[in-house]
Parts: sequence; C-alpha cells; structure tokens
Amino acid sequence: MSTERSGQKGDILLDMRNIVIDGYSDDRWHEIVKGVDVTLKRGEIMGLIGESGAGKSTLGLAAMGFARPGCRLTSGTIMFDGIDLMKTSEEDKRALRGSRIAYVAQSAAASFNPAHTLLAQTVEATVRRSIKTEDEAKADARKLYRDLQLPNPDLIGDRYPHQVSGGQLQRVMTAMAMSPRPDLIIFDEPTTALDVTTQVEVLASMRKIVEQFNTAAIYITHDLAVVAQMADVIKVLRYGETIEDADTRSMLSHPEKEYTKSLWSVRSIEKPEEVSNDIVLRVDHVDASYTGSAKVLDDVSIDVPRGQTVAIVGESGSGKSTAARAITGLLPPSKGQILFNGKPLPPTLKERSVDQLQKIQMIYQMADTAMNPRHTVRDIIGRPLEFYLGLRGAERDRRLMELVEMIELNESFIDRLPAELSGGQKQRICIARALAAGPELIICDEVTSALDQIVQKGILELLLRLQKELGLTYIFITHDIATVKAISDQIVVMLEGRVVEQGMKSEILEPPYPDYTKLLLSSVPEMDPDWLTGLLKERAAEGASGV
Amino acid sequence: MNPEDDMNPSTAAELADQGYSAADEVGMIKARRTTLENVWRGLKTAPPTAIFGLIVITTYVFFALFAPLLAPFGEAEIFPMSYAPWSDEFMFGTDQLGRDVLSRLIYGARNTVGIAFVTTLFAFVIGGGLGITAAINNNSWLDNLLSRSVDVLMAIPSLIFALILLSMFGANTLNLIIIIAVLDSTRVFRIARAVSLNVVVMDYVEAAKLRGEKLFWILYREILPNIMPPLVAEFGLRFCFVFLTIAALSFLGVGIQPPTADWGSMVRETAGLIQFAEYDFTAAMTPMLPAAAIALLTVAVNFVVDWFLHKSSGLKD
Amino acid sequence: MHPVIRTILQRLGLGLVTLFVVSLILFSSIEFLPGDFGQAVLGQAALPETVEAFRNELGLNLPVHERYFNWLGGILTGDMGNSFSGRGSSGGADRSRPVIELLAPRLANTLFLASMAAIISVPLALFLGITAALYRNTIYDRTVNALTLTTISFPEFFVAYLLILGLSSFTKIFPSLANISPDAAFWERVYLTALPALTLTLVIVAHMMRMTRAAIINLMASPYIEMAELKGASKSEIILRHALPNAWAPIVTVIAFNLAYLVVGVVVVEVVFVYPGVGQLMVDAVTTRDVPVVQGCAMIFAATYILLNLFADVISIITNPRLLHPR
Repeated sequence: MSTERSGQKGDILLDMRNIVIDGYSDDRWHEIVKGVDVTLKRGEIMGLIGESGAGKSTLGLAAMGFARPGCRLTSGTIMFDGIDLMKTSEEDKRALRGSRIAYVAQSAAASFNPAHTLLAQTVEATVRRSIKTEDEAKADARKLYRDLQLPNPDLIGDRYPHQVSGGQLQRVMTAMAMSPRPDLIIFDEPTTALDVTTQVEVLASMRKIVEQFNTAAIYITHDLAVVAQMADVIKVLRYGETIEDADTRSMLSHPEKEYTKSLWSVRSIEKPEEVSNDIVLRVDHVDASYTGSAKVLDDVSIDVPRGQTVAIVGESGSGKSTAARAITGLLPPSKGQILFNGKPLPPTLKERSVDQLQKIQMIYQMADTAMNPRHTVRDIIGRPLEFYLGLRGAERDRRLMELVEMIELNESFIDRLPAELSGGQKQRICIARALAAGPELIICDEVTSALDQIVQKGILELLLRLQKELGLTYIFITHDIATVKAISDQIVVMLEGRVVEQGMKSEILEPPYPDYTKLLLSSVPEMDPDWLTGLLKERAAEGASGV
Repeated sequence: MNPEDDMNPSTAAELADQGYSAADEVGMIKARRTTLENVWRGLKTAPPTAIFGLIVITTYVFFALFAPLLAPFGEAEIFPMSYAPWSDEFMFGTDQLGRDVLSRLIYGARNTVGIAFVTTLFAFVIGGGLGITAAINNNSWLDNLLSRSVDVLMAIPSLIFALILLSMFGANTLNLIIIIAVLDSTRVFRIARAVSLNVVVMDYVEAAKLRGEKLFWILYREILPNIMPPLVAEFGLRFCFVFLTIAALSFLGVGIQPPTADWGSMVRETAGLIQFAEYDFTAAMTPMLPAAAIALLTVAVNFVVDWFLHKSSGLKD
Repeated sequence: MHPVIRTILQRLGLGLVTLFVVSLILFSSIEFLPGDFGQAVLGQAALPETVEAFRNELGLNLPVHERYFNWLGGILTGDMGNSFSGRGSSGGADRSRPVIELLAPRLANTLFLASMAAIISVPLALFLGITAALYRNTIYDRTVNALTLTTISFPEFFVAYLLILGLSSFTKIFPSLANISPDAAFWERVYLTALPALTLTLVIVAHMMRMTRAAIINLMASPYIEMAELKGASKSEIILRHALPNAWAPIVTVIAFNLAYLVVGVVVVEVVFVYPGVGQLMVDAVTTRDVPVVQGCAMIFAATYILLNLFADVISIITNPRLLHPR
C-alpha cells in the first residue's frame, strides 16, 4: 500500500510548465521540445498525439524526470504531486520511478530481460520499494494477469519473455506497471506494433485496469481513433510545440486548428469504384512455401482488371506480401501459375525477360530502405531509364524532369540524397522510379503505412491521379481499412495464406460478412469515443448467445 | 493559413491553397558537405592520439617512398667491420655482416611496410569480393560452401598455419605474401559478409535484383558504397595484423629472407646484442630499433582506426 | 531431445569434422615435399638403398589412403613417427627419436607457461574491462584504453625484450633465459618462467580487456537495461541483476578466444626466452623442415585451439535463456 498517496480524484497530479528539451545530433544541441505545458489530474487519461518527431516520447519520459542519452532537460518545471522533478536528486527520482510513476514501452519484446521470468520482472519494482512483500506481490500480479485477460494467468508468470507472444507481453508489461499501484502510468505507443484484432483486446484490458485503480495516465500514440477510445483529454503536438488541447469529445466534434483538422482528412477520400473485364494479371490457384516448411500461400487465386486497384487486406502472416513476392518472381509457386496479359510468367526472376520485368514494378513500404542512401535522385530515377529504355544524356535528363514534375516536385530535388528528403518526398521518388520503367502494373506494398496522416493523403491522391492519366493498374497491399476504402475498386481479404473473400469494394464492405472479414473490419477503431465500449458489449452479447 | 478553410480538402490544388505542398515538406535536411570539408572538420576535432598517429603514418610512407634518396648507404652494402659501434659514419652502427643499420632501417620501411600493404590489399580483394558475393547469394550453396571453408581455415591459428605452409612450400617472399593473404582473407570474408548482409536485406537491393541487375553491378554500385566505413576500418586493423605476423615470421626466421632489409629479420640478426645491455647500452639498442619501428607504426595505425571507428559509429558521448 | 543437448552435440560434431579436415591438411604436407627430400634429410652421401629404406619406413610407396589411415591411427595412439633430425647419414647410426618423446615434456612446459599467464591475465582483464565499460569515458577509461591499444600494437618480441631490459639486464630481478630442467622444483620453475609469463600476460590482458569492455557496453545499450532504470533500479542492481546474467556468454567467449590466442603467442615468447616448449620445437622443426615434428606440434596446437573455441561455443549455448527454456 503506497503510504505516500493522498488526494482525491480531480486534484492536479502532474504540472509541467514550459518544458524545453534538447537533443544532440550533428555535433550540436537542437530543441526537440520547445516550451510545452502539461497538466494532468488524478485518475485522468491524457492522450498525447502527434507525428513522428513531434517529441511525444521525449515529453513522456520527461514526466518521470528522465532524459535518454543524447537528450537533456534544459529548463522548465516538472511538478509531480508537489515535488519538482527538475530539482530533485537522481536518487530521489529513482525512488519515484517504478513505484509512483511507471512506464510502458513501445516494444515489449525488447524491454524484458531474457534471463528472468515474467513474474520476477513484474514484481521487481514493488518488492524493491517494499510496497508489498514478495508473496503478496506475486499473488497480486497473478490477479492482474487475470484482469488483463491473459491466458493461464496463474502459470504465465513462470514463463520467459521469448516464450510468449507480442500482445501478451504488452499486457504483462501493463501488469508490471500496475503492480506498485502507481499514481501515473506513461504508455508509449503500446499497441502500435500489434495487429488490429489483438489491439482491440489489449486496449480494452488497459482501459479497464486504469479505471479500476483510478490511475492517471499519459497515452502516447499517433493513431487518433485509438486515443479517442482511451483518453479523457487530448493534446496535439507538432515539432515540439503544443497545437491544441481539449477534452476528447470536443476535439473530435469541433477541432479548432488547421493541423488538427488535417489529421482527420485521410478518411475523407473515397474512390468511386469501376468495373472492368480486361484482366491484366491472373494468379491461378497458386501454392507457395519457403524451403520445405508449411505453405505460405494456399490455393490463392486473384484476378486483377486493367486500370483498376485491387486491394489485398490482411494482418501480419496473412500472406499478402508473400503474394507480391510470388508475382514478382522472388518466390516461385510450387503449384499453379501466374498469367500476365494472358501469357504465363516464368516462375523465377532469373527466367523472365527484361520486358516482363519492366511491366511489373514494385513500391515499398519504407522509402528509407527502398533507396540506396548513396545515390542521388538523379541516379535513382535515372537508372531504370538507362536500363530499360536505353536513354542517355540529355534525353534521359529530359524524361527525368518530366517524371519529377509528375510527382509534384521540382528540379531542385534532382541532386539530393535520400537523407535530404522528407518521408513523403522519398515515397514520391520511389513512385517516380516505378513510373520510369513504363510499367502496366504497379504493386504498392504498404506504401502509406509508414507515413504520417496528412502525407498519406497526398500520396494516395497522387497515385489515383496517375492511375487516371496513365491507365495504370495497382495491386495495393495494406492492413488499413480506411486506405482500402479510399482507393480500391476490388478487395481481396487474406488470412493465413488463403483468400477468404474477394469482390468489389461495395460488396465486401457491406454486411453480411463472413466471420474473419467481420472480425477484421469491426476491429478497426473509429473516431467515436464510445466505439470500444459498444464493440465490447456487442461481442459479449454474441459470445453469450453463442453466435 | 486561411482560418475559414474547408474541412475536407480533396485535391492537391486545394491542399496547396492551404499552404501544403509536397515540395515544401520539411525534411531532415543536413547541410551537405564535400569530402574535403568533412575531412577538415574531422581533423579539427581529432584527439591528440589520432593526430600523432597520422603524423607517424605520413612519415613512414615518406621514408618508404623515398628510401633510395634518404639512405646513406645501400641496402646490402657490406663494410669490413661487423658490429661497429654507433658513430658519425654509421649512425646506428653495423650489423653482424657489416651492413649499415640506418640504411637497412630505412629500406626496411619500404620492404616490410610495402610487403605488408600489398598482402593486405590482396587479402581484401579476395576476402571482400567473396564475402560480398556470399552475402548477395545468402544461404545458397555457394554461401554455405564458402562459409564452411572459412570456418575450417579459421580453426587453425594463423601463425601456426603459416608455419606449416611455409615448411611445406618453402620460405620466400612470394610464398609469404600468398600464404598470409589467403589466410587473412578469411577474416576479411567474415566481416565483409557480415556487413553486406545488413545491406543485402534492404529493399533497394531487392529493387535492383527485380530490375534484373547483374551481380557485379549490385556488388559495386549498391553494396560497396554502403559498407565502406567498416571496411576501411578493417583494412587498418588487418594491416596491423598482417604487419605483425610477417614481422613475427621473419623474426622466427621463416619470413622475409636475407639479404632483403626487413625489420623482423633485423631484430633476429642482432638480438644477441641485448645481453650486453649493461656494458654497452647503444649496442643493446640496435635490435630494439627495428622492433620499435614496428611497434610505432602499429600503434599509430591503431590510434587512427580507433578514432575513425568512433566517428563513424556516431556515438553520443 | 532438449535443444541445448542437441546444439551441443552439433557443435561437438562440427569440432570433430574440423579436426579431421585439419589432419588432412597436415597429412598432405608430406605430399608437397620435393621428390628428393629423402636425399636432403639423409645427406648427399647417402646410398640409394638407405634412401629407399627411409622412404619405405615412411610408407611413401603405399597408396595414399592407406598411408593416411596409418598416419591417423598413429597420431591417435601416440606414435607420430620419428623425427627427421638425427637420421643417420652415409652409414652413421640412426639416432632419430620418436616425435612423441620429444613432444611430451615440452608440452608439459608449454602448458605450465600458458597456465601461469592465464591465471594472472583472466581476472585482471575482466576487472579492467568491466570497470572501464561501467565508467565509460572517464579519465580512467580513456587511460586504460590508450594503454591497451598501445600494448596490442607491440610485437611480442618487442614486449619481451623490453621486459628483459627492464627486469633482467639492468635490475637483475629475473633471468633472461628460461633454462628449465625436467627436475626443477616448483618455485624454481615459477621463477624461471616469470618473464615469459609476464610477456604473455601483458599481451593477452590488453586484448581481453578491450573485448570485455566492448561486450559490456553493447549489453548496457539493450532496451531492457533502460527499462530497469525506468523501474527505479540503482546502478549496482542494474549491473548485478540485469546485466550480469546476460553477460556470461559474451565474457566466456572472449576468454576462450583469448586463451586460444595464447596458443599462438606462446611460440614467439618461447623463442625469445629459449623456453623448452612446443612452440620453440615447432619453429626449429620448420626451419629444418623436420616434417613429422611439425605435424605433431601442429596437431597439438590445432586440437587445443579447436577445443577452446568449442568450449566457448558450449558455454554461450548453455547460458542462452532462449535455448534453456524453449517454447
């Protein structure tokens, strides 16, 4: 029992004023957080949202008085329950961490010590501060595991981190944070790495337990729909500054600032679907597996009509990326074939002609790793022009400029290296690289998943425009239903290497749904604060009635 | 930004009205500097050990290149007094056959350092080329064959293996270069393969393969530019190792053969003088001079490589 | 079968295969000798019959595979043939001795020297390496780093001669020649072996310390160490509870690797101090191209090296939690 805790719900627990945090890179200090205020009451949950680089993680750690190596807390006050963390000694701060303020990291797998059991690590901080005895703490931990709906709550603690799945580890980490009954928990992007269907369960567990113990929390994420389910108040950060603060319902219904409004905007695009019968690519009953092991593609058949976008949806392990590898020739099918414009494609890359290679192009998810960091834009877009079309010199440069303009950039970009481009610009260069070959079919493998919301919108707009102007066909692989709604004509749903459902967008996204599609679609968080509660009620009712 | 803007912009033009355009996105712009500027910046922040190292290396290279101009006498020129004491004529005296020690020291720079450098280069071409190729064809029969062979070759300590091979094929300079280069290429293979594997999994290498690029293009233009820093550092370390191994073998008598002036052999030839240390200090120093020459260069290279590794790993201290 | 046992057996198998391949390489060293080596060993005046008898003794007229298995069988039972030196020439008596007779006492000496060096260097290097990693970038760390960097750059004979000059020639503390006779008393042995052991220690400590430091720094950068800090663990708790259980594998690997390196370092040191060990025997044999002796010494060195690496492998396997507690 924490004897230091006093105060009622509604009292101010955390009051951070004018926080400035610097980071060290390129031989000097830069400001990462530029004078931000944070006020949190007891039992209140604050959602801290912003894009990558906004400074959310750094700010969250600062609430514990902690700065990572390479960062420093330059100025401001951090009042935690009357104690100024900027002025306390390292030893006193250490006494607070793990007992009154707890942290749940983004990557559970990396944050657990591989040499100790989960139970030992869960109760470590509690026992150290003598908040409970070891036996009490362990019994309490098992109860927490049960509350968090972990399988085998009495025995799971005796396992080691690598023996347990990602979603389960995230919940154990939540139990670990809860064990000392802290006043404040900082959740740092805890569900970002999880599948949509796992995410629902973890979110529900987290919310339940935080409410149960009246713990205050800061929930850091870049996903607005998720934060809408969890938070009482929301703070929007951008480039280290506060853009807007409001309670959840107000912010969702009337956001004030432009930037906040723009964060919602992707969900507004919707492509009108088209029908076509001219099939440019046919995947015909394909099986595939990696040397000797189980099948990763099982009797997969997909038809891709010309000039349209077929979205392949599924979670990790569904086989959607593997299907792309089979189409490009990196993974030859063990059964079945792939037909391009009616003619079968040689199964392996080596056997294909340059012409065949040219017609099917691929764009990758992470533009950072899709471009050689030592090549300039000129090299990157210019190489396919040289290799496929044999263009050189002035002719090549002319075509290069055309492509650059097509992707809405200008000639100042041509001699830049990838490190000198933003995320969206990099992806645009990758698009230009694919266009340079003069393809008929482009496979987009999660191309917007790693981008921030507003940038995603720009890229999707661009892709749609290019499709109309150039008559391109797209296979769009994604796990994000909103993106699917935005740009597809047809949808293919995959699960564990099989095609579960296939058809026009309007058919698939309307009920009645087959089981998995239903699960997948319903697990996508909506911008409605009551969504999660509603969903849980619905599922409980279904469970009870045996549906 | 116009505060009365539409809530749902839907075209690029409208977005641009709002002040958004792709070209205006703020990227992680780092001021791009030329190589020369980078080198100068690097030198200004270098620790004293690295500066010391660079000066020493430059001096050695200078002596190696201009040996015939700098040495007072010939490499194998024999004078009628062996073990002559240090004097004005023979700055460091003469060795057991009557050859001027100073001249042999200077020529030794050319021979010992030169041979070590050539051997390292050789090891790098073989080991590096095979290592990168193995990484590109990761898990193929070629990769497995090369990796297992390297494992076996590395299971025998280099010095011992070199001794065995030299006893088999005879100890002369050419054999020495080939044997050491082949043995050392195994280490280069390991590291080239390891760093290349990090690069090979990048999507841009897959993109190159999908384009239909040939092995050589992928090796030379996609992978090599991205693995230079660790390879350059490894070159320095390998040079030290090769240099010390050749010196050790020469010291043991199975390395570079006389009359070629070589620091390792020089130590062996004049080692007997050490026992006179208490009586004639400078005589005892005669074998220490080539030994110190070896030590000094290795220390210098190690300091420079250490600093280079520190810089390129970007440690936030 | 438990994955740990399976992995260990795999490693053992690999070790045996490596030894086998090494033996093949050594065996073939006879094949490459120039044709008239029989003449060279026995001397110019040897009669053709003597040379022929010599060749027969070596089994050179038998088919290759028979020869190999004879040789391998011999090695395993301790019969490595006779040394080439002392072979009677032109009618003189054959005074060549069995290789095993030459090797055995020298092996004992080399092991003694190596053990002395190991006993001092391992604890010292671990202490220096761990403390340098924990007090990273302090004056202490920087000094230790610069010193060890210097030491590993020195050729062993340089270190040896420096020690001789410092501790023997001018100060007469230790003798510069290690003339160990087989019936020397224990402490006398220690006294005579002190300088060579010290030389080896200096070289090994430098290598081991640097590798330990790098391993610990690497470990301390793991995310779970940061997590422990965020849970309020003190520095000593982090080191003892969180870092150490994960540190055994890298540390033991470092130790085994460097002990294997001892095997190599010993050669030069024995030559400088004229220490009667296997290293010096091998160098002499190489110079005179006394092939059976070279083969015998090389097998010993290779086997030791392989065994030590195997040991390191096994330790890092049994301390790996992922293998100890499989899914």
